[in-house]
Amino acid sequence: MTRSILRATGLAIALSAIASASMAHNAWLLPSSTVFSKADTVTVDAAVSNDLFVANHAPLRLDGLQITAPDGSTVKPESEAKLKLRNVFDVSVAQPGTYRIAVVNAGAFASWKDKATGQNKRARGTAETIGKEIPADAQDVAITQSSGRIETFVTVGKPSALKPIGQGLELIVAGSPTDLVKGEKASFTLNLDGQPAKNLDVTVTAGNTQYRDKLEEIKLKTDDKGQFSVTWPTAGMYWLDASTKDNKTTVPQAKERRLNYAATLEVMP
Amino acid sequence: MHVRYSLAPIAMSALLATPAFAASLAVNIEIPRLNVSEYHRPYVATWIERADNTVAGTLAVWYDVRTKTNNPEGEGTKWLKDMRQWWRRGGRELAVPVDGVTGATKPAGKHQLSFSEGTAPMPKLAPGAYKLVVEAAREVGGREVVSIPFQWPPTAVAQPTATGKEELGEVKLELKP
Repeated sequence: MTRSILRATGLAIALSAIASASMAHNAWLLPSSTVFSKADTVTVDAAVSNDLFVANHAPLRLDGLQITAPDGSTVKPESEAKLKLRNVFDVSVAQPGTYRIAVVNAGAFASWKDKATGQNKRARGTAETIGKEIPADAQDVAITQSSGRIETFVTVGKPSALKPIGQGLELIVAGSPTDLVKGEKASFTLNLDGQPAKNLDVTVTAGNTQYRDKLEEIKLKTDDKGQFSVTWPTAGMYWLDASTKDNKTTVPQAKERRLNYAATLEVMP
Repeated sequence: MHVRYSLAPIAMSALLATPAFAASLAVNIEIPRLNVSEYHRPYVATWIERADNTVAGTLAVWYDVRTKTNNPEGEGTKWLKDMRQWWRRGGRELAVPVDGVTGATKPAGKHQLSFSEGTAPMPKLAPGAYKLVVEAAREVGGREVVSIPFQWPPTAVAQPTATGKEELGEVKLELKP
């Protein structure tokens, strides 16, 4: 009897662990190459999955896709295809310098209790629309704003400096994000709305997680200047991610803002 | 009096010796014969690196320079980046083709290159520690970097060598003061 209760409790804990793990799926962009000798085409996979970089769960929506050329102009994706497990697009990289390919999400979600039925309700939207989703008589309304950036970088010829975004969580690379080499140390700064993000947890995970028993994430923390560094143990594609929350919301009723950042970086042998 | 006259030409020639006979450097690169089903001649970059890994000068770059599609820079420029170390250290700053530097890929065998300081493409080098670096990258094959450290200017005739394991055979540096 006691044993079965224990087992049931264990199961419940295990289930809740799975639930929370499923919330933390990795969203990623995977470029076919990050270094080009001259004008070329880069093809990019966009997906959400636990395994890096295996498209085995869901495609990453490309509504917020922003591609910025070295001269700051916006580039349109080509040959966009929505597949079941990943979305795919091509980018013609013509200018010498570094391109930023990013999926930027700015949204809000709300939860409330329906007055008539007492049931819990939830809705998603943008900062502008979320207010309309909630009935006027809703009870226990909680709105959370979210801001996310999932990005990768591609260079044609000599790298060029990237223009900082200054909004949300963003990574500033000392040097070029496409100049990373195994055994060398790379220095980064994480900014929050353009200011150093201090004492923030950052994880760096090598791809091909399906071929090893341990995740082997590199767990780091930004210092007082928002800086951290990584010495690349092996060559390959890496996924860097960080998240935080604060109360700097732009939606009036929202109390909390959740911020996410993820970058795919290639390390050469 | 007689002594002074006889010494003068010797002193003169000693003064002239340095500019007239600049130190020279020759590189002998062996491209190994490989028994593989699909063989393409490797792309090879040869350069001199300073102690801080910056490029003092690119001496030679061999790639597919054919211009069959009326492409003046050569068919193979797309793959120049596969000579990764050279590309990152300075290759990407070079606008190919470069006279006296870029050339066609070479067959298996030994290839001799000679350079004289101050004559392109060999730059004038400040005295110090340098490295000769040779990087080979082959289509459907591997990549290898071989380097030979040396001091400049050379004080004696020397022929340091280094040997690659896969994509490069013996690389010999011939230094002449």
